[in-house]
Amino acid sequence: MTLDTPVYDLDALYDNAQVATSMYEDPALFDVEMERIFKNTWVWVAHDTEVPDKGSFKLSSVGKEPVIVVRDRKGKVHVMVNRCRHRAATVCEVKKGKTSSFQCPYHGWGYGLDGSLRALPYPEQYGDDFDKAQHGLQRLHTETYNGMIFATFNEQIEPLVDFLGPVTKWIDLFMKQGGGFPVKVLGEHQFKVPMNWKVQLENTTDAYHFPVVHKSFMQSLDGETEEMFEFLETGKGYVEDLGNGHSVMVMIPELVDLDDNLDAPIPERFTELAQELRDEGYPEDQVKKIVRAVGGAGFNLNLFPNVSFSLAFFRVLRPVNVEETEIRHIAIGMEGGPAAANRARLRLHEHFQGPMGFGSPDDAEVWERVQRGTKGGHDLKILVNRGLVDERPGPDGPLGHISAETGMRAAYDMWKRMMSK
Amino acid sequence: MNDMSRISSTLLTDVTGFLWHEADLLDRKDYDAWLALWSGKGHYVLPIGDTPDAELADALNLCYDNDKMRRDRIARFQAGFSISSAPPAETIRTVSRIVIDLAEGDRLTVRSAEHVIEDKFGRQRVWAANVTHRLVRVDGGFRIQDKIVRLLNSDGMLNSFSYLF
Repeated sequence: MTLDTPVYDLDALYDNAQVATSMYEDPALFDVEMERIFKNTWVWVAHDTEVPDKGSFKLSSVGKEPVIVVRDRKGKVHVMVNRCRHRAATVCEVKKGKTSSFQCPYHGWGYGLDGSLRALPYPEQYGDDFDKAQHGLQRLHTETYNGMIFATFNEQIEPLVDFLGPVTKWIDLFMKQGGGFPVKVLGEHQFKVPMNWKVQLENTTDAYHFPVVHKSFMQSLDGETEEMFEFLETGKGYVEDLGNGHSVMVMIPELVDLDDNLDAPIPERFTELAQELRDEGYPEDQVKKIVRAVGGAGFNLNLFPNVSFSLAFFRVLRPVNVEETEIRHIAIGMEGGPAAANRARLRLHEHFQGPMGFGSPDDAEVWERVQRGTKGGHDLKILVNRGLVDERPGPDGPLGHISAETGMRAAYDMWKRMMSK
Repeated sequence: MNDMSRISSTLLTDVTGFLWHEADLLDRKDYDAWLALWSGKGHYVLPIGDTPDAELADALNLCYDNDKMRRDRIARFQAGFSISSAPPAETIRTVSRIVIDLAEGDRLTVRSAEHVIEDKFGRQRVWAANVTHRLVRVDGGFRIQDKIVRLLNSDGMLNSFSYLF
């Protein structure tokens, strides 16, 4: 770190399940977070199916830095900073597509799919000792787990699977919602919220807000489905700290493993879809497997610092500044699966998610209210101590009541660990 | 010249009157009256990006509402339990640049430009969209069969909406 990095009393910012107000508000602290956290850990950038072919690319970001995710001719995925090594212009402003190279629009430097500098106009003015190998796009260290592509600026980082730890088994469970087909990205909703990024980080394993914020969503469901979402009432679920800032919130235990209970009756809301699949010629056992997978898994998995697996979609956050965060809700479906099942998944996604969903706008509203509320009572703390009262050791870490703030404590513990380095 | 030359100014006046009436209902949030403008079977869609009309059912949209979803959406706005719509943002909109693309029998396809300014928490945001209405003539008036609202930057970063376009 540079000499002028402010010194923070980290215990004053987070300790004893209490968060200081300035955690959401201090622009200098935000800059340190971008450096110490987002430039030092594994950050999710894309799903494999977003860059399916040789030459497929998409724009993404690692913290505040714009990156390109691209698959080269040999099928290897590269993540590179979207900045020409000459005079810094972005080399790509197309959100996604297919290409054979990236060319800077300013002076024409051309880069290969692996980021290497291939050619530049009139190179002789740089002299004979100009080394093209030293002027490729800045590349990030990249690894993939079960279709999820992560990248980092930290070359010394532990392998991705070690960073994920017990999270990998939950990712594997989550991906079963392909219903026997590979999981594929179908599209995404994007919206910006005037809030600090950690307000979103806290939310994915927060069951406590659900019946309050999402009452109007619940009211739009059929009785059977509404009952399924009353997980706070039934109290069957739990939240578990999975280490490294990650956590899982199990809401509907019977839907944790979508390969179990395949003989369970088809829910009322999917009877029409089941009939459609039968009419298309799918055998009964496959109909049951697909229909069971259509609604998603029964848990939310939150990864530190920027991605989560939420019932039936991926949620990605991107910090813009201390009081602004971009959110993506990525819809997923069954690659090569029945069109009717993917249509059902798309309609379910639109029902809750995104700028016009029955859920997301209410989330966005309360998150903004948090940011507005922190303008007052600056010495007051934000409480994340709920559920400490009966928290106990779980298989992989502290485990608490479904509405416990165990997941937030996991995230803030990791935040503190990374900020102290 | 397009087909406008064959479309009477009376029809354009009638269509404009209908779209302005709808815009007025939406700004006043008179949603029951808005629902009554629909013929029933069609869709209210806000697509993402440039998905062709024929492929909207198989694509992710901001919304893809059939009659039931439209009614559920309005019920959500009206019930008072949705924090984002209780109270909602205030809106003032204009609809202009109206073009009748097709007028055949009792069917019309009408394109227009819609500008919406919303205000909430003292903050104003501006939205613009290309809108297509598929209308059906009934009893001397019109009913909406389908309405497709293509927001500028629909595949970019948006905010959440507590009202309709």
